[in-house]
Amino acid sequence: MSYIKKPKILRDNAKRNELGMTYNDYEGSMSTLCAGCGHDSITGAIIETVFDLNIPPHRMIKLSGIGCSSKTPAYFASQSHGFNSVHGRMPSVATGAQSANSQMYYIGVSGDGDTLSIGIGQFAHAIRRNLNMLYIIENNGVYGLTKGQFSASADIGSTAKKGEPNLQTPIDPCQVAISMGATFVARSFSGDREQLVPLLKTGLMHRGFALVDVISPCVTFNDHLGSTKSYIHTREHKDTAVYTDYIHPLSEIEVNYPEGSTVQVDLHNGGKVVLSKTHSNYNPVDRSDAIRGVRESSDKGEILTGLLYIDESQADFIENENTIETPLNELAFQNLCPGSEKLAELQKSYK
Amino acid sequence: MLWMKINKPLRGKQRQVEVSKASHNNFTVKFANVNGTGSSSANGLFMKSIFRMGIPVVGKNYFPSNIQGLPTWYEVRASEAGYLAPSGGVDIMVAMNAETYLQDLAAVDAGGYLLYDSTWPRETLMSRDDITVLGVPFARMCNEKFDSARARTLMKNTAYVGSLAALLNMEMSVIEQLLLDIFGSKTNLIDANKMALQMGHDYATSNFDCPLPFETKPMSKTEGYIMIDGNATAALGCLYAGATVGAWYPITPSTSLMDSFKSYCDKFRKDKETGKNNYAIIQAEDELAAIGMTLGAGWNGCRSFTPTSGPGISLMNEFLGFGYYAEIPAVVFDVQRTGPSTGMPTRTQQGDILACAYASHGDTRHVCLYPSNPEEVFHFTIQAFDLADQLQTPVILLSDLDIGMNDWMIKDLQWDKKYQPNKGKVLTADELEEVENFYRYLDKDGDGIPYRTIPGSHPKGSYFTRGSGHNKLGSYTEDAQEYQDLVDRLLVKWETAKNLLPRPIIDFSDSNDYAIVSIGSCDDAIREARDAFSNKGLAFNYLRITAFPFVKEVEEFIQAHQKNFVIEQNRDGQLLKLLSMETAIQREKLESIRMYDGIPIFSKNLVKEISNRLEAVETA
Repeated sequence: MSYIKKPKILRDNAKRNELGMTYNDYEGSMSTLCAGCGHDSITGAIIETVFDLNIPPHRMIKLSGIGCSSKTPAYFASQSHGFNSVHGRMPSVATGAQSANSQMYYIGVSGDGDTLSIGIGQFAHAIRRNLNMLYIIENNGVYGLTKGQFSASADIGSTAKKGEPNLQTPIDPCQVAISMGATFVARSFSGDREQLVPLLKTGLMHRGFALVDVISPCVTFNDHLGSTKSYIHTREHKDTAVYTDYIHPLSEIEVNYPEGSTVQVDLHNGGKVVLSKTHSNYNPVDRSDAIRGVRESSDKGEILTGLLYIDESQADFIENENTIETPLNELAFQNLCPGSEKLAELQKSYK
Repeated sequence: MLWMKINKPLRGKQRQVEVSKASHNNFTVKFANVNGTGSSSANGLFMKSIFRMGIPVVGKNYFPSNIQGLPTWYEVRASEAGYLAPSGGVDIMVAMNAETYLQDLAAVDAGGYLLYDSTWPRETLMSRDDITVLGVPFARMCNEKFDSARARTLMKNTAYVGSLAALLNMEMSVIEQLLLDIFGSKTNLIDANKMALQMGHDYATSNFDCPLPFETKPMSKTEGYIMIDGNATAALGCLYAGATVGAWYPITPSTSLMDSFKSYCDKFRKDKETGKNNYAIIQAEDELAAIGMTLGAGWNGCRSFTPTSGPGISLMNEFLGFGYYAEIPAVVFDVQRTGPSTGMPTRTQQGDILACAYASHGDTRHVCLYPSNPEEVFHFTIQAFDLADQLQTPVILLSDLDIGMNDWMIKDLQWDKKYQPNKGKVLTADELEEVENFYRYLDKDGDGIPYRTIPGSHPKGSYFTRGSGHNKLGSYTEDAQEYQDLVDRLLVKWETAKNLLPRPIIDFSDSNDYAIVSIGSCDDAIREARDAFSNKGLAFNYLRITAFPFVKEVEEFIQAHQKNFVIEQNRDGQLLKLLSMETAIQREKLESIRMYDGIPIFSKNLVKEISNRLEAVETA
């Protein structure tokens, strides 16, 4: 079987967004991942995110590398543009695509192998450039498609299905990203859509590189008792540092937050994000605090989640490149080619 | 003035200079310098002045992979006939590096001259009795005239240009005008250089028999020409073809391509209203990323390119196969250098012919273009962008260090005002509005080229790009037949490519049994060698291959000859192998001549090698 078309059932009373599109319009083909895979829940959260944000599907570009996670762009937004690239190199394709047209929405879906092993170089440099994209890691601590090898995010002592423990230090994408200067770092759990969707929305609307690391258990190879990326372990050790509410521009929702415990950040699209802290000493707009907070939590064997760090003030890739806002792929040839007189003039300096 | 007496030029025994050598405007001057001493500006000044005197000239730089301290050579050849390959000899050696004195002394042709800094006289330089050694106390003169250490070092260089000007009877006004053009408003630099120039000139005039037998005489053979390197003309090609995205990782000898593109863009690609860039240049973290960015931008509708060299091509392999299979336009410049591995990064070679033709895994073959000089680089660059768009595939333009980094004399570049980029089969928003469904990989026209869309242009234009199995509708597949249909369709496209490629350059006459087949920068040495043979009454036909896949003219030409001497600059005869694999030509028709020491090939060696082989062929 090559692929499975998803039957589209249109109900008369289907909810429509501001573009008049239904939830179905943002779905993709049928997932071919294992039943119960965390990735499919994330796919659902992505669909909800872009539906709610009224993103015109054809203005969105979804990209991925290789692996189970990287298959998922086929499972949502079939009317969007997809680019399933090579292993670990999705950020470079996104960079080139964004330089050609900065006016599209970019969503990258990657995995812990694709990002933290083969792709850690490009991941790091996408952060460095503050590429304007939502970058989701579907993190399960294991290589699924090649049947169960540890990935670089596996915790020390976490065991493989047959029992052997991982002995190498894990790479925590959030700690790496915060310390490297990322402007948006969040962590969530595939089993907690209520937390995940606002994070995805905020990440997509953030100007710059928005990392959302989603613990997404692999039901086939890493959902056993010895695993620290299982559904049970994640539920038991998940600790929410910050609750995130994304408020769309011109939204009429009024929410009252208790004073002192919230931070509001205005986003470039006119929306805002309200962060409600649950830890009194954790400040998601202070990089040092964030690094310390995530580190301490990890040392205790906990998984700190929520919008861990945000800085909306930094210039993104396109601004730093000083590239014109008009997409480069729309510039007319006569504006790009200096013409024959200029060529003759220029050549005088080569005489 | 005691030093002048001490350093009175010591001459070796003068030998009668051969008559053929004494002709005007035919000589090679080689400069032996220490890297980082500012010699390249002076050497360039010397060369450009000869050019401005209307005498055809070329410069070859033999430099180390080093910023300061190692030996470096620059060779200027003046040639009335306009030969642009190295001559293979040295008439005047300007020996400014004591460390390489003996080597440089040995390199001078009999009857030639060696000019050196006699502030420190060297008896070892007097060991040859078939050349003339001329000593000028450059260091001492400059120490007396200039105060700063930097000026004393730099002005020695300008001073030797002055001495050469006297020895070669060059027009001082031409050199002085060039100084004005170079330094513009920096009057202190102009004054210092003029002083040094005059100093060297005066010393030579009063101490040596000027001019030498190899003197210059003004001509008008450079009118309508420029002196430029191939990386600059590649950058101009990118500018004029309308390329907007360039991604790269610095690597010698391709680096100056992006440097040039940047400087042209600064001049010509600023948006008038906002002052912002109508282009994006991205310095990537490595070549893996550079090609990924190039493909991302090409996929998203820009003309995009990446310049690199052999090691970069190795790293780009996976993505190049992806680009071929996913059908994404991109232009890759491979400015070749010696390999394998990091090789000698500052020496030239044609060592990536096979690596580029078959870059990647699985069944991949890439369209390659092989320009022979900077002029052709410009025009082939424009063609490369058109081909990449028309064929929806990465196109690799193979230049080399000799073409890319050396200054060549080429005809003024002409721009056809009527040129419009050929973007190939791109469905516009209006066209998409009319179609019922869009399928990315459907071969509607039977030429193997499907239609594509620019992301974001229209809701109907969306499709999913993947390097994994996909069928003609663009959907994922693991179906045997669907996969095979798709890769077979790519072969149809491969055949279509042959109609679009630049044609080979052919010089054919029925009366000749033997032919030379070659590629790229071998061209000028071959032209000179053919002239030399023709003076002896021996004529060779000539085929220069300009593109891969090979078109039928290539095969027909080779078949029409008893023997084809395949000349190329690599150890393994890569062009010959590619010809054997990709055509039905019998191996016996091909005789391999390979030169691969990292130095641009020259006719003397070629004539010798071809003569030997010819003898062997005819005896057999």
